[in-house]
Amino acid sequence: MGFEASPHTAAGHLAETVDVAIIGAGPAGMAAAITARQHGASVVLLDEQAAAGGQIYRGITTVPAQRLDVLGPDYGAGASLARDFAASGARHITGAAVWHVTTERQVHYLHGGGVRSLQADRVLLCTGAMERPFPIPGWTLPGVLTAGAAQILLKGSGMAPTRPVVLAGCGPLLYLLGWQYVRAGVPIAAIVDTTDGADYRRAIRHAGGALAGWRYLKKGLALMAALKRAKVPFYKGATELQVLGEGQATGLGFVSGGTRRQVASPLVLLHQGVVPNTQFSWSLRARHRWDEAQLCWSPVTDAWGELDVAGIFVAGDSGGIGGARVAALQGELAGLAAVAQNGKLAVPVRDSLAAPLQAEMREHLFIRPFLDALYRPKQANRIPADGTIVCRCEEVTAGDIRGYVKLGCTGPNQAKSFGRCGMGPCQGRQCGLTVTEVIADARGVPPEETGYFRIRPPIKPITLGELAREA
Amino acid sequence: MKPEHAGLPQGSDVIVIGGGFHGTSSAFHLARRGAKVTLLESEYCARHASGVNAGGVRTLGRHYAEVPLARASLGLWHSLPELIGDDLAEAASFVASGQLQIAETPQELDKLRRRVAELNTLGFTHEVIVDVQQVREIAPRLAQHVVGGIWVEDDGHAVPYRAVTAFRHAAQRLGAQLHEATPAQTIERVGSQWRVHTTRGSFTAPWLVNTAGAWSGDFAAQAGDVVPMRPGGLMLMITQRVPHFVDPVLGAAGRPLSFKQFANGTVLIGGGLRCGADVVRRHGEVDFMKLSSSAQTVTDLFPHLGRINIVRAWAGVEAFMPDEIPVIGLSRHAPQLVHAFGFSAHGFELGPIGGQIVSELVLDGRSTLPITPFAVDRFAPATVH
Repeated sequence: MGFEASPHTAAGHLAETVDVAIIGAGPAGMAAAITARQHGASVVLLDEQAAAGGQIYRGITTVPAQRLDVLGPDYGAGASLARDFAASGARHITGAAVWHVTTERQVHYLHGGGVRSLQADRVLLCTGAMERPFPIPGWTLPGVLTAGAAQILLKGSGMAPTRPVVLAGCGPLLYLLGWQYVRAGVPIAAIVDTTDGADYRRAIRHAGGALAGWRYLKKGLALMAALKRAKVPFYKGATELQVLGEGQATGLGFVSGGTRRQVASPLVLLHQGVVPNTQFSWSLRARHRWDEAQLCWSPVTDAWGELDVAGIFVAGDSGGIGGARVAALQGELAGLAAVAQNGKLAVPVRDSLAAPLQAEMREHLFIRPFLDALYRPKQANRIPADGTIVCRCEEVTAGDIRGYVKLGCTGPNQAKSFGRCGMGPCQGRQCGLTVTEVIADARGVPPEETGYFRIRPPIKPITLGELAREA
Repeated sequence: MKPEHAGLPQGSDVIVIGGGFHGTSSAFHLARRGAKVTLLESEYCARHASGVNAGGVRTLGRHYAEVPLARASLGLWHSLPELIGDDLAEAASFVASGQLQIAETPQELDKLRRRVAELNTLGFTHEVIVDVQQVREIAPRLAQHVVGGIWVEDDGHAVPYRAVTAFRHAAQRLGAQLHEATPAQTIERVGSQWRVHTTRGSFTAPWLVNTAGAWSGDFAAQAGDVVPMRPGGLMLMITQRVPHFVDPVLGAAGRPLSFKQFANGTVLIGGGLRCGADVVRRHGEVDFMKLSSSAQTVTDLFPHLGRINIVRAWAGVEAFMPDEIPVIGLSRHAPQLVHAFGFSAHGFELGPIGGQIVSELVLDGRSTLPITPFAVDRFAPATVH
């Protein structure tokens, strides 16, 4: 058809070219853009939001002072990064949904109702994290949200629940949101924490002596102390979680301290940590490994974040959960490597600029084994019982998947063929990790052996009409 | 799965290389007639073109040489319960929805009329010309400019992975030994036996069947049958669920299209859309520039689909021949070797009969169906004596 070798799009206009294309305007993406611009590279940063910040600093450029006070100092730290980014000279395309990145580093995106594309010399995937699925009985009922989704409403629009809310699960975000709700005057019916004493004992072995590590730990304890002061009902070591209600959540049932309890609430916010958003790296067929400490897939990269797909880098949580500061440092490192590959920075200069960043990153990552051990989600909340829905799009239960395994299904890809699991509109984003672990558990093999869904473009929804207009 | 050399049933009669539709169907038909079969599959059965194609069970529009095979195969599709059992037939998910090939201009319709007339003189009456009124009855939501078409009432569709898996289970029930994750690497004739070397040891049997799809050309060449087969990718995309609007599978006379709506509401769009394939890394590379023209075709024919989301696009890896009909037959250079590959993106419907032909070639030395046009040496340059 003659399109293959053409630098033109089919519509006849020259595809825009750029030295560095960055996807995602969180800390990694912004830091990478600033670095690449400092060394003279042309930079386009594409992001779905209306303003820079990503999830962690969502709304940071427009947040009113009062809400900033509610959200706290860690959130405020994003403001200077966003200012530097705005002044960097990078072209920031807001409201851009990137739906396809090719191994030839073409970036296809939707913008303003039209299809666009650009050809990048280097591509940086800074697509951040997403919340780990939390498949417990009733988790698909209306009235159940993730804590992250609730926090988006708080950060983005200042929206908070007006009726008592239950927060359940584990991980820093759960306590942080609880603390933010207390400051915003939101009534909290209960915080139901799945972390138990054994988790603390296991984690403390990893605490080490690093200053940064103790800072993280202190921060977490301060949040919990503040929740205690606010007299928020707090249940530790909760097991057998179950959202109550028929057709609508009415509360949460669980066992804590040997007692079966029920807390009534029309809104249940679930959270058990975040995992890398790997949709792009999978769609590029990059190599991934199962991270047993973080219980998730992460792309395999070199020290600069480059995938085994030449010229394509991952920085920030999409390469493995490290938090906002680590993400920014990785963004700078990937930015340096990309401009060095562009020929705009000599390798010795790159290395000397990188050394202090790498040192700081090591210090921040020192605490990770501690956090990973402390907030390791419980097996029962990751690998559900037979009756629980795993794939919400196609309504496939854990029992269905175990049935496929009995019929010879060895991994998530065959599970698609057996029962459409993971083939709905979310493309397995919400069930992929659960399916991996359910199959591995049923087969009695490590998750590494089951593999993962083959992720296919489009990564973001594109209509037939929009695709037709690319012709 | 552990390699089980010790437990391997020695003395297989036939080794089949490739667990696609033609491989599993061959294993089934051979086992059905009492042969001891060992099937070797590189990854898992139906992993490539066989499992991820459009699933059209189509005799409509076939190359004339393929028509007798396609019609015989359709007979098997309609009698799957007798062939592989009620449960597996149900699992194979064949739906006799009919297939409609539409003409968008009077010129296209004339062309279709000439084709049907020719088929009739050859004795085939399954393709029937339908006028604009009948098209409206078959597919009421089609755009107004369509002028007519060809209708085959007993054609249909199936879910490819399920259909192949059904044949695979049928073969296993009859004792065929399947070895997945066992890539064949080299083949050699040692005495009166074929020896197939895999990453998990060697397998021997007097007969060898080459149904390795996009990887078949290499095995054929190792046996001395050099063919101009080219691997390629075949693209498809599927939409979100939409309310039911069309029953039969649709094709177009003037542009590449294969189009169907499944019972769950999703719409599958394909139709011979080729793209690149990497046979070493074993995947196809979706080319959205070409997919966009097929999105154009679809929205031209069903304007209401313009606002529907595409959920996924993918590419299967397939073997293409220059004349776009397969190689089916005995090797010209090596004894006791049968080839069945190069189906050039329309081998799915032929799966049930393909295996039967292979079994006849192995067990009877000849097929009851006319397979001369598919000879492996048909591309050989004329030799000068």
